[in-house]
Amino acid sequence: MATHRLTFPTTEEQIRELRAGDEVTVDGHIIGIRDRTQIRIFDQGMEPPMDLAGAFLLHTAPGVRKLEDGRYEKVCIGTTTSARMVRFTEPLGERYGVRAICGKGGFPDEAIEPMRRLGMVYFAIVGGAAALETTQIEEIEEVAWEELMPECLWKFRVKDFGPLTVGIDAHGNSLYHDVQARAQEKLKELYARL
Amino acid sequence: MTTAIDTDLYGAVEDAAAYLYVWALKDIPQDLRDALEDAAGKETSVPGQRVLSTILKNVQVADSEKNLVCQDTGIAVYTCRVGEHFPLHPARIYAALKAGTERATIEHPLRSNAVHTLTRENTGPNTGHRLPIVHWEFVSGWDGLDVKCVPKGSGSENMSFLKMCVPADGVKGIKQFVLESIVGAGGKPCPPGIVGVGIGGSADYAMYLAKEAIARPIGTRNPDPHVAQLEEELFELLNETGIGPMGLGGDITVLNCHIEHADTHMTLNPVAVNYQCWAARRASAHIQPDGAVEYDREA
Repeated sequence: MATHRLTFPTTEEQIRELRAGDEVTVDGHIIGIRDRTQIRIFDQGMEPPMDLAGAFLLHTAPGVRKLEDGRYEKVCIGTTTSARMVRFTEPLGERYGVRAICGKGGFPDEAIEPMRRLGMVYFAIVGGAAALETTQIEEIEEVAWEELMPECLWKFRVKDFGPLTVGIDAHGNSLYHDVQARAQEKLKELYARL
Repeated sequence: MTTAIDTDLYGAVEDAAAYLYVWALKDIPQDLRDALEDAAGKETSVPGQRVLSTILKNVQVADSEKNLVCQDTGIAVYTCRVGEHFPLHPARIYAALKAGTERATIEHPLRSNAVHTLTRENTGPNTGHRLPIVHWEFVSGWDGLDVKCVPKGSGSENMSFLKMCVPADGVKGIKQFVLESIVGAGGKPCPPGIVGVGIGGSADYAMYLAKEAIARPIGTRNPDPHVAQLEEELFELLNETGIGPMGLGGDITVLNCHIEHADTHMTLNPVAVNYQCWAARRASAHIQPDGAVEYDREA
């Protein structure tokens, strides 16, 4: 299992170098997104007012404080469960060129094929580790769709963001699939012992 | 009629609720810190070790930055033990807990998660219709009040499961259901956490008991030896599933398994599972009838 350092936005070539289980640390710009943001883009047909080409999307609804000049200051920023949003994976890659989706808990198997075909990865972050994650976010640079607060589109500048684990790579491998398959076999053995 | 004693006590309970909610979110109990350290020492998978060392680092950063351990401020759940001679009526205790929850949310500020179930519009600063949630226990021959705040995150609460097993399924049926639930949940509830199991009673009461179980200090055992034995067995079995920290595979899937039970109907065998994530936050206050408050992180 290799370790990598990547700056986002990035390219398909960089993404295809990653393998499930690898450790990744990220710098650059990442975009916060959540259930309502993606429902607005794909179910209500509104174009996102940010460029998502090569982007790293983070499943988050940050805790923030609004300053007098209208900008937002971070309070506590963590990551939510990804599985609820798996159906947006394919259109995010196909239509907008998104390269990485980061969240916690993993994606079910339906994400494996679009990620392989389109050259995307799923990064596993440690859910609940928000105090640490907040220190790795340098600044909230942009907020769009404020009326969806806190499920807006957020642009964060990050440094040393991670450690992340490649949960699903762009070659058809998924740690979640493998862990589930082994656990289902193990369950049969455990049931026989009960 | 509102008396001076009532007003003072109401204020004490409101202050306690406001303090407990924020404190619980920032400063996790020692037994949980120990359990996480212990898990990090035992885990052998590479992604699992990476997750557990990040968790330990995060707890340190929350301490040093005085920030929340997890951004999900949850739904505020309180468990109250009310002495029969405590001089503030539970209706007033509830109002004080609600006011304290609102105050903490606005003053910190905390992310407000409360929405109307159908419209999904925010209903207030972590309060709304029937929010916060309070579990009540009434104690005869006592004049105190114990309040425990358990902020419950949605990632783990979404991984709640109920099965009405039949008596012929027996204890084996209970074990199978708990195992299949935790394997099915995978990485979603932020493992390794506490698996709360409620058995017996009725459908609704079994889930209530499962929630009671996750609020106990880690590794405490049910006083009924039959139940305690089942806790031990399930704890070991669950860690054989290989789900591992954050579902990435490994030796440590759960920090422990707690079970609460109620006697039930001869044809019922309900089993409920309520998961508590690794950030198993809780904080308590012991309140005297004169309004004196003692805070307790470990209860």
